[in-house]
Amino acid sequence: MLNNHLNRRGFVATGLAGVLMAALPAYAQTEASAKALVVSVVDDINRVIASGKSEKSMIRDFEKIFAQYADVPIMARYVLGADGRSASPAQLRQFTDAFQGYISNKYGRRFREFIGGQVTVRNARKIKAGYEVRTSVKLQGSSPFEVTFLVSDKSGRDRFFNMFIEGVNMLLTERTEVGALLDARGGDLNRLIKDMKQNKLS
Amino acid sequence: MLSKIRLKPLILLSLVATLGACATRPPEGTPPGEVFDPYERNNRGIHKFNLGVDRFLFRPASKGYVKIFPDPVVTSFSNFAENLTMPGQALDYLLQGNLKQSGNALLRFAINTTVGGAGLSKPADELNLPPVDTDFGETLHVWGVGEGAYVELPLYGPSTQRDAIGVVVNLFSNPINFSPVRPIDNIGVYAEVVRRAGDRGRFSDTVDSILYESADSYAQSQTIYLQNRRFELARDDEDAYLGLYDDPYADIGTDPVRDPYLDPYEDPYAE
Repeated sequence: MLNNHLNRRGFVATGLAGVLMAALPAYAQTEASAKALVVSVVDDINRVIASGKSEKSMIRDFEKIFAQYADVPIMARYVLGADGRSASPAQLRQFTDAFQGYISNKYGRRFREFIGGQVTVRNARKIKAGYEVRTSVKLQGSSPFEVTFLVSDKSGRDRFFNMFIEGVNMLLTERTEVGALLDARGGDLNRLIKDMKQNKLS
Repeated sequence: MLSKIRLKPLILLSLVATLGACATRPPEGTPPGEVFDPYERNNRGIHKFNLGVDRFLFRPASKGYVKIFPDPVVTSFSNFAENLTMPGQALDYLLQGNLKQSGNALLRFAINTTVGGAGLSKPADELNLPPVDTDFGETLHVWGVGEGAYVELPLYGPSTQRDAIGVVVNLFSNPINFSPVRPIDNIGVYAEVVRRAGDRGRFSDTVDSILYESADSYAQSQTIYLQNRRFELARDDEDAYLGLYDDPYADIGTDPVRDPYLDPYEDPYAE
């Protein structure tokens, strides 16, 4: 009786350890995990939109979601493009920070147009850097359109690093915009970072 | 009346010939993702003009339009305009050799015009038919015509040389224009303006952010138009579709200073 009990406990403990060992080091990105990430992003965004908070606090919530689910450092780096090559690591860190606020502010203000929209995850497939997850978005009074997320685990866990709306690549479009913002400041990255942080871009 | 109908194909032919003659090709070896914009100066001039038209005419009119009419009415008017394009789209699909979609467009037109009350509603959507969305620019693409240079058209907006020809041809090619029972001349064109006003009014925040809040609205509208257009045309071609992806992870990694993952303890949010 006692023996049996101990044995069972021992069995449970070993089993748990085995599960932990399997789960901890061998984190692997799968099609299902990439899809699950997109579902979580969409759910979180919908929750914020439905909350009915003020625009300012909604944008703060969007920034949290963006920081949590997106690979912001790699996105910021890509958007800087060739200008990023001459930047110091400190400048890159500051730009990443400023970029996060800039994106949340710019896109957060527009989520109002998505009220009542329905997002359906359609399919996922392997691409070079990870997975492509295609979704279909249906807004009231317009035909469904395609929004695609690119998800990678190269940062150590699943995060999305780009988004396409009907083929319009968010990173590429922002690279064009950030290039123009830099040109308007004579290529001065520090000035751009300062203006981005103070939300004084135009 | 008869002479007018005969004149149209003639105007059309000469327009296609003129535009086609000036179509410039991007030099060999230009990457497909690049922008070929040899007429930038001229285009920027037209962009400025278009911005003025939008700011003082189209934007206020569109905002007023969606404010005065309730949402379902705006949707109905847009449906009406879309339905009018169906015979023209059927013709384009036919020219592309896509008989299935050509029939689909005609079926939609028949159902929506009758059951849908002159196309004000879209009962054909309930049949789960594939979406219909083509134009003569796509027909030229199917025929192997390259997009040519980027051009911004007065009043119409961003386009390419190939798609500009498509826009002009589609102005005339809709069989509706030749139908004997036609309430108004060029009704398709007017309906299209109303439909565009509906979109401009509904998505005014997004359009405003591109036109008035970006650092270079010309460059933003250009890149957004070209990316979206190339996506539409590549939709059925998986190789071309995947070619649209750029791997930002491939850019870095060679330079340790730039690799954000080299130092696992680096926290970009710590300041």
